Amino acid sequence: MSDILVSERSEPGADGSGRPSGRLLEVDDLRVEFRTRDGVAKVINGVTYHVDAGETLAVLGESGSGKSVTAQTIMGILDTPPGFVTGGQVRFHGKDMLTMSAEERRRIRGEGIAMIFQDALSALNPVFTVGFQIAEQFRIRRGMSRSDAKKRSIEMLDLVKIPNAKGRFNAYPHQFSGGMRQRAMIAMSLALDPEVLIADEPTTALDVTVQAQIMDLLAELQRERQMGLILITHDLGVVADVADRIAVMYAGRIVEEADVHELYEKPGHPYTLGLLNSIPRIDEKGQQLRTIKGLPPSLLNIPSGCPFHPRCPMVQPVCREKVPPLLQLGGTRASACHFAEEVVNRD
Amino acid sequence: MSDPTVGSMATTPPAEQPTVAGGTAPPDSGLPANAKRDQPRGLLGDAWMDLRRKPLFWISASIILLFLVMAAFPSLFTSVDPTQGDLARSRVEPSGDAWFGYDVQGRDVYARVIYGARASILVAVLATLGTVLIGGAIGILSGFWGGWVDALLSRVADVFFGLPFVLGAIVILTTFNKPGSGNSYVKIVSLVLFSLIILGWPVSMRIMRSSVLATKQADYIMAARALGAGSGRIIMKHLLPNTLAPLLVYSTILVGSFIGAEATLSFLGVGLQSPVVSWGVMISETRDWVRVSPFLLFFPATFLVIAVLAFVMLGEAVREALDPKLR
Amino acid sequence: MGRYLLRRLLQLIPVFIGTTFFIFVLVWAVPGDPFAGKCGDRRCPDAYVDFMTDKYKLDQNIFVQYGSYMKNLLQGDFGETFGGRSINEIVVNAYPNTLKLALVALAVEALIGLTAGVLTGLKRNGFLDNLVLVSTLFLIALPTFVTGFVLQWLLGVKWGIAPVTVSSDVSFTELLVPGFVLGSTSMAYIARLARTSIAENRRGDYVRTAIAKGLPMRRVVGVHLLRNSMIPVITFLGTDLGALMGGSVVTEGIFNINGIGREVFRAIITKEGATVVSIVVILVLVYLLMNLLIDLLYAALDPRIRYE
Repeated sequence: MSDILVSERSEPGADGSGRPSGRLLEVDDLRVEFRTRDGVAKVINGVTYHVDAGETLAVLGESGSGKSVTAQTIMGILDTPPGFVTGGQVRFHGKDMLTMSAEERRRIRGEGIAMIFQDALSALNPVFTVGFQIAEQFRIRRGMSRSDAKKRSIEMLDLVKIPNAKGRFNAYPHQFSGGMRQRAMIAMSLALDPEVLIADEPTTALDVTVQAQIMDLLAELQRERQMGLILITHDLGVVADVADRIAVMYAGRIVEEADVHELYEKPGHPYTLGLLNSIPRIDEKGQQLRTIKGLPPSLLNIPSGCPFHPRCPMVQPVCREKVPPLLQLGGTRASACHFAEEVVNRD
Repeated sequence: MSDPTVGSMATTPPAEQPTVAGGTAPPDSGLPANAKRDQPRGLLGDAWMDLRRKPLFWISASIILLFLVMAAFPSLFTSVDPTQGDLARSRVEPSGDAWFGYDVQGRDVYARVIYGARASILVAVLATLGTVLIGGAIGILSGFWGGWVDALLSRVADVFFGLPFVLGAIVILTTFNKPGSGNSYVKIVSLVLFSLIILGWPVSMRIMRSSVLATKQADYIMAARALGAGSGRIIMKHLLPNTLAPLLVYSTILVGSFIGAEATLSFLGVGLQSPVVSWGVMISETRDWVRVSPFLLFFPATFLVIAVLAFVMLGEAVREALDPKLR
Repeated sequence: MGRYLLRRLLQLIPVFIGTTFFIFVLVWAVPGDPFAGKCGDRRCPDAYVDFMTDKYKLDQNIFVQYGSYMKNLLQGDFGETFGGRSINEIVVNAYPNTLKLALVALAVEALIGLTAGVLTGLKRNGFLDNLVLVSTLFLIALPTFVTGFVLQWLLGVKWGIAPVTVSSDVSFTELLVPGFVLGSTSMAYIARLARTSIAENRRGDYVRTAIAKGLPMRRVVGVHLLRNSMIPVITFLGTDLGALMGGSVVTEGIFNINGIGREVFRAIITKEGATVVSIVVILVLVYLLMNLLIDLLYAALDPRIRYE
């Protein structure tokens, strides 16, 4: 029974909690809202994705699409208030993290799931040395002695290719360059050998040349350690090289999910198509850049029907009324568009 | 709060670049740029919208308004002469006839408390105006020109900032306002004003200076400069509107502090003196009778505290409205 | 660091000279007979006038006077009152009492203010938070002398659970109420400062990181959050110690404490110029040195601060 292909993927986890599905980390119909002074913003509206060991899932979307909030909910670092989880599950090894005890959940952080943040300068504590912040985990979580923790921390700094790791152990975050800081951040997140690593825009704050180095390092470490990697980004260029699968988010929903090559070749959602078209191409120099018209919707007031319809070039009357479910299209692809087939088979 | 220089450190947030409301939200706030507000408004317009919803603002503003009316038209509140004394009713406790009782010299405490509002509030408001104008102007010059101008002005400010407030005021006032020198009302008030302003301006100057320093580097100032705007124009058109907020908040709270400071000086016998009626003078007069007739202290002190509280609360409300981080 | 210290010390000198000169001019050189009213209601004895004129070079211009005065002072000679009492003696007797009072006030501020601030910063909008917000607002609005009178009357006169005035041996228990009075305004500021600082830092990215590392909550708060939030509070406390000593005039007056504030007030009223200037000089010096110390402490607490 359980092997029947469920085609409607936005259905809440039909199998309930606690039943191991073999997946490493699953987000299932997650719903989050921000209760602000100006009203309730529905930031996440039924997001479902998963990542397995040794696999890289890229979550793609504009700022405000809910990709970071999803990650924060997984980590349990959502600011509450204003953020509230109103539904869904986050299962790690099949166990729902949202309902487990705070202590149980804490133990998963760092060891089970770790996270890298966008801006390492603010994500590292400014008044402690980088070494202290890495060693702290070995001391508190593993009960190591100060000297052992220091030795392990220096190994970690070596692992992320920080030159003169021993000498840098006692340096403060502000004494590092941007790229080195992000490396230190990676060393810190990998210290407890997590099974899943969430990287929230890890290269956005960096120079282009450094970006590539950091992405290479992440990809390398992910391969070596067979981690599940969730790479959150708005940069299509970053994604193509490292991701296995891509989930595209819009207005708190997944609008398309597909194998990376499939998605780049034949996007199955007009939004993805727009994103791909907006990448400047060297062979089209001199032409006007194609952009997606309009702005992302206000989450306080999400448009009826398909949230993308006001900006969609292919909009039809049905789009204004009915929310398109995320449907399997064959292969690895799923799209939340009433006219997904037409989008894929255009031209 | 007898020392207005203390307050500045805790109540004034570090000078911040006012962000235009409706501008970009932080990248991962989870809300798109246009979600927070449908219509972009200016910082002040936005602050006003915020203020209007705060009960704290309305309460403090009404109290202040009441005190202002009291200061301007005391006869609206009482028909009794506050200086008319009758020793026969010295320290008579409050009753239906005289709600707040009679003071040592048999004067009606209620009438005196009402009439006392004028001197207390007049001194505080004028001293605040002087402090903010002088300190603000020097702060702008200092922050805008930098270099040796800044170094010089900052050291001068340090000189006055280093003087303990109460002590400095006592020395100034005893030097120029010798007891029994028969100074006129106007002269005493001006002397108190002078001492409050000369000891108070460095704080305003520092606040203004740091917000100017923070704003000076902003792109729109650079742009204005690149377009050839002169110094005067940059200060008036760009710097001033964007740096006023912290000083505005400080000055509101400062009125409260100065009411307290005036009272403290009067209490010490070096500020306003009888026959001038002020809350501080009244409290000072009760000094020796507190233990037997505490009501003498109670009424002027209560009015004083309510007035100070109203200004401090207003400052708080304005600060919260102007500081987007606290939202 | 060494160069920074030197620069700050050099900056301190003009400020010190400026402040003391300002007071000196006010006390001695405002036009008129410098001895008018300096000896209480009587005319000053001729011997005193001659002695002072000679010692302070009062027949010369103000700068010479100031220079000569400062020379004496820096050699540890604060001069004498017109009654012939050594000012050094007054200072030595009174200063420790004021220091004690200021320390008690500082302890009260730190203990009550910090506790209230940290608790409310961690848990905003609860009952305690509102209680602290309202009560600190009141403390800020209350002038010290009102707080002093009210507490003296309530605790000392009405309920009799605290001494009404402080005895001449000035014990720490006697100073509890005066210390609370003196520190009350700053206590309210500390509570608010700590609350804001904690609440602001709580949302800080590095706190999220600490949580994401799977550290226990008490370590996240106790190590990562507190360490950062306390920087502004500690610097405030430091600056305040200097300010408290200069601000103790009122408190010492109310509780009859034989401290430097009361001495200076008495000296101002009786026009003992030499005493006034000497005490103000000491207070200013302490204040300035305290501020310098705080700057250095700041560097120790926040490694991002670099001095060059």
